[in-house]
This record gives sequence, C-alpha cells and structure tokens, in this order.
Amino acid sequence: MEPTSKNFKSNAAGALTDAQLQRALSNVPRGFVKKRADAAAALPEFEQLRDQGREIKNHTLEHLDLYLEAFEEKVVEAGGYVHWATTAQEACDLVVRLCLDREAQTVTKGKSMISEEIGLNAGLEKMNIEPVETDLGEYIIQLRGETPSHLIAPAVHLTKEQIEADFRRTHTELPEERNLDEPASLVYEARQILRQKYIDADVGITGANFLIAETGTSVIVTNEGNGDLTQTLPKTHIVLASIEKVVPTLEDASTLVRLLARSATGQDISNYTTFSTGPRRRGDPDGPQEYHVVLLDNGRSSMLGTEFQEMLRCIRCGACLNHCPVYQAVGGHAYGWVYSGPMGSVLTPNLIGVNEAGHLPNASTFCGRCEEVCPMRIPLPKMMRHWREREFEKHLTPFAARRGLGVWAWFAMRPKFYQRVTRWAARILKWRAGRSGRLANVPLAGGWVKYRDLPAPQGKTFQQMWKERDNV
Amino acid sequence: MNDKKIKVGLFVTCLVDIFRPSVGFAAVKLLEEAGCVVEVPDMQTCCGQPAYNSGDRKTSKEIAERTIRTFEPYEYVVAPSGSCAGMLKKHYPKLFGEGTGVQSRAIALADKTYELVSFLTDVLQVKGVDAQFGRCVTYHDSCSGLRELKVHKQPRQLLSSVAGLELREMSDANVCCGFGGTFCVKYPDISNDMLTKKMSNIEASGADVLLAGDLGCLMNMAGKLKRSGSKIEVRHVAEVLAGETLLPPIGEGES
Repeated sequence: MEPTSKNFKSNAAGALTDAQLQRALSNVPRGFVKKRADAAAALPEFEQLRDQGREIKNHTLEHLDLYLEAFEEKVVEAGGYVHWATTAQEACDLVVRLCLDREAQTVTKGKSMISEEIGLNAGLEKMNIEPVETDLGEYIIQLRGETPSHLIAPAVHLTKEQIEADFRRTHTELPEERNLDEPASLVYEARQILRQKYIDADVGITGANFLIAETGTSVIVTNEGNGDLTQTLPKTHIVLASIEKVVPTLEDASTLVRLLARSATGQDISNYTTFSTGPRRRGDPDGPQEYHVVLLDNGRSSMLGTEFQEMLRCIRCGACLNHCPVYQAVGGHAYGWVYSGPMGSVLTPNLIGVNEAGHLPNASTFCGRCEEVCPMRIPLPKMMRHWREREFEKHLTPFAARRGLGVWAWFAMRPKFYQRVTRWAARILKWRAGRSGRLANVPLAGGWVKYRDLPAPQGKTFQQMWKERDNV
Repeated sequence: MNDKKIKVGLFVTCLVDIFRPSVGFAAVKLLEEAGCVVEVPDMQTCCGQPAYNSGDRKTSKEIAERTIRTFEPYEYVVAPSGSCAGMLKKHYPKLFGEGTGVQSRAIALADKTYELVSFLTDVLQVKGVDAQFGRCVTYHDSCSGLRELKVHKQPRQLLSSVAGLELREMSDANVCCGFGGTFCVKYPDISNDMLTKKMSNIEASGADVLLAGDLGCLMNMAGKLKRSGSKIEVRHVAEVLAGETLLPPIGEGES
C-alpha cells in the first residue's frame, strides 16, 4: 500500500469535513471506551495482569532469536513449515508462490494486519487468485476497495447505511426486497455469500495474535468464527505473523489473551480463541493437510535495542486508537498507512521511515490517554517524543517552527531580556484587546485565532507586579 | 507540622506570568494561608516544554538546568499548573544521563515539586478553604495534571468547601481539550474538533463557570467559548479557591 502519511494534514482536513465519516466515528468513544473501563474494573487483578503482560513481552524481546527458533523447531516437529521473510515484498512473494504451487484459485482470509502490511490481496489478484476476506468488517471494505481504518474494527469508518448500499450494489444475485436494516441482517447476508467461499477455497490465510514457542502453536481470536472456517476447511493453512508475536509458553499466551479482549472490546474473552498446531494429524476429524507460518520482520528487528523496542510489546488491541481524541477526530485512514492512532504514530515511522511518516508522532497533544489504557503499558507519548527528537536532529522539523523555537529559547535562557519582552508583549496585547478582554486577530498566531480568540493579558506580568509588591 | 514556616519557591509558569498574574497571586494567597513563606525567584522563565515537545532536547536540557539551579534553595517548588509541574517532576530527570550529578539534582527538584492544589491537599493537608463563590461550576481535568500527577480528587475536595459553590461534572471531563501546547497551532483543525466536543460537554453540564488547573487549557477553552458568544465564565481553580474572583474572567473585559 502506497503511504499517504506525508499528507496527514490534508487527509485530516478531509476527514473532519466528511459528515458521514464523522457520524461513523462518533461510535468509537461510545462503543469502546466504557466497555473497556467496565471490563477492567470487573477484574480485580487487571492492573497486575498488565504488569505481567509487560514482563512476558519484555523477556521475550530480550531473547527473541531464541524463542523464534524454538517456535520454528516445534512447528516443524508438528509437521508444519516456517518461512522467514525480511521484507514485506518477500513475504508477499512467498505467500503468492505457496498459493500458485497449490494451484489455488480462491483463497479465504481471516483478519490480518500483516496481510495489509505486505499488500497481499493485490499480490494475489495479480496472479489471478481471488482473495476473499471473511471477517465481516474486512469483507465490507474489500467490497469497497478500501483498507481497514482500525486494528480490530476495520470498517468502523462506515455507517450502517453505507454498508447496506454496498451490499445492494454487489450482491446483485439476491432479491432486492430483502431487509438489510439491521446489523444482524447484514451479517446473515455476508454469511450466505461466504459459506460457499469457505468450501471453494484452496488455501486459507489467517493472521496470528500470538505464536507459542513452547508448542509451535499459532493463536487467533475472533468474534465471528470466520477464522476457524478459514483455517480448517481448505487443504492448506498459511499463518501470517510478524516476529514479535511470539511468546514463550501456553501460560504466557493465556495471560495475554485475558488482557486482549478486555482492552479491545471489553469482553472477558472473544467468542472464539483458536489454537492451531501443525496440520491435521492422523485421526483428527478436520484440519488442513498443510500448515505454513510466514514470519515477517520488515524492520522490526532493527527496533530491538533502540528506544522503540517497547513498541514491539503491542498486541494490537486497538485500545489506544479508541481512546485517542485525535483518532476519534480523523479516523484511521488519515494516518495514511496500515497502522493508525497512537500505536501507528510510533510504529509507522519505524516501518516506512520518519521522512514519510513524520507528521504522525507530531499529531498528538500528549494527553497520555493511550498509555493509560495500553494493556502492555507501552509509553506511547514518550516514543512519539523520541521521533520528534529524531526529526529535530535530522532537520525535518519545519523551518518556521525551528526558528520560532530558537527565538523563544534565546529569551528563555536570558531572564532579564525575557522579562523585558514579556512585559512589552503583555502590555501591547492588553492595549490591542482594549476593553473586550480578547483578541480575534494576532500576528503569527494564525493557527490559534483561526478557531478561537486569544484571551488578553491582564496588563502587567506577574514578575513585574511581584516586584512592585515587594517594593511597597 | 511544626511552627517553622515552609519555604516555597513559586514557579509562576510563563502563561500565568504574561497572561494572568492574578492566578499567581491567588496561588501565593493560598500558600500563605496554609502557612508557607512564598518566594518568587527572579531568574525563572519557562519550564521548557515548547522545546521538549518539539524534539529539541538540547535546549530543553539547558532550560531545565537553569530551572534546577534557580529552585535549588527551596524546600518545595509549587506551580499553578499540572503541565509545568509535571515537566519538572516527571520529565526533567529523564533529560539527563543516568547517575550524573545533574540528574541527581533534577531528581531532587522533582521530589520537591508539586502542582498547587495537590500540594495544598496532599502535602499541607489542607481540608478546606475559606472562600465563597455562589455559582455553578464544572471542572476540566487537564491531561498532565490528571495522568502524570494524579490530580483529580484534590481540586474537587477543596471546591466542595467553597461556600455557595455547586459542582456539576461534565461528561468526558478527563478528555483532552485540544490544546496540547504547540499542537493547537500546528494542527488547528484537529485541535478545533477536540475543542468543539469539549465545548458541548461544558455547555451540557449546565454549569455557568468552567474551572481547570492549567492556564493553557483554560485559554484554549475560553478562546473558543468567547468566540462563539458563550456566557460561560472561565477561571483558574486557584482564583476561586483563594476567593479572588473580582477581576474579569479569562477572555473577558471590564464591562
């Protein structure tokens, strides 16, 4: 996917004036925030679990090579294959090759952000293989030719009415008089189409929420059960996962599962939590004949040992998006690439470069709500600030901002001059405001006065008045 | 606490210094009434957040070092702002290398720095104030104070002791108002969206006065409320707690 993160500002401006999008986005705080708070409050050990989750991931990242190799060994032991991909292109080529070798015509897919990261659908379509998204949200955006705008709710940028229109437009074989007013009827209709696809599919591709080194298992969590049909019915199951998804033990995965759904949707646990270890064994009633895991690096290993290592703890629950006022304002697409919200603002510059994604870590008030709800306690604001520091060092910060900062810093370091200039500024602004007590226009403050007045100073500075008090 | 008066260095903050000295004087009054001797070191300017949050680490360190030096003689350092107090308390120590001399001085400053209202309640054990304000107010929790310094109950506790005051909580009081320092001028459209949502929550509360503990947020919200012609008055919480409410509210003139 071609990033448009450079255009974040204009993307955002477009999003803010898109009435339909704004209506859809108003569901984000309503739908997620309270549910997460209730779920966290209902579990006395939730805060302890967060600490445990952080420790599990920290430990794993310190020994990532070891756990990945252990995982591979166990997968092979169970009769599966592990493929290593350094870049997104490599991973895409690898999966397409696996599908071509199996003469696949139809490929069903569970929800996977790695698939988005490597542009898999386009890669498959180029070779005339039909990818079919089976997660309802992903299915909807595939109909629309869009990308997901949220980690766990890919179609959260759409309203029910838009989705109904898309279904009527694309499901032309179904009678027109059917009722599509309710989410349940949309689900029912998508299911009618997808059932046959599950059976037709030659290959099923899923992501992985966790990989377990101890057992060589991949884990997916879903609410629709689509992932299970995707991975059990076709002859071949391919798991797409990035390297930081590995955890040491089954017990560790269980700890993280307890955090995941609570943080994401406020459920105690998602409807389906599925563990897959290798292909179908003798005597198994179902399951694929082949089991492959594609492990993607795509820049992650170079985050190890840097100030961004902690970002690799992320379990993609989406809590930081849901609670972020900037995400709530502009939605996921404005961020211009696969990942959005606070986690995207930290991760994206790591994966596609800060030259490309420099806006993202700047588009935050550092309100800290993301860190407050992150189940893995990732210090997201701190890492956004690290990006700003790198941008400043590389002179990527806009010239006007740098110069303004330079002038301000010069005075801030020289209190005598500072006091003189602040006295002068307070007086001028007060005088210009007159009796109104505020200013509608202020030179060099265009961003401020575009939407709000500037309250006028009271006239004298505190320092000035304090000295006068002392002299009385 | 013994009779010896506590020596507090007031970190005025640059916004209070320039825009609303009355907040500084309200802070002084509250501190003095609680038994402190307040001094205002002349060499202070700004805490350095504009540089720090713009990625200019070098300037941030220089300003931090100057602030550390300036406030070394005081028993406590108090700021009428969660954001600036948070900068001194949570971020200064991280600016300097582990185990360096300047870091230990930064930590010493961090340990004795407090946001005004929480200093009154948590350190000085102030249970109530002697003030009167017969108005219906709503309180916005500014982000840094709330999340970095855990300032939430303290202002509400003291406000409940103000005679005649009724507190009406707004929805999402803990959600950012869209100020974010330079954010509001770098991304004005997004900031405005956040501010607009905040404004409807303020208005829906039915309160006729908006209070908060950070002048940046207050100027942001007052600027929007006044631009749209709202009658809601905006004040720093310290003004109300100190009973200093004769001067016009933020963004309003002497009518």
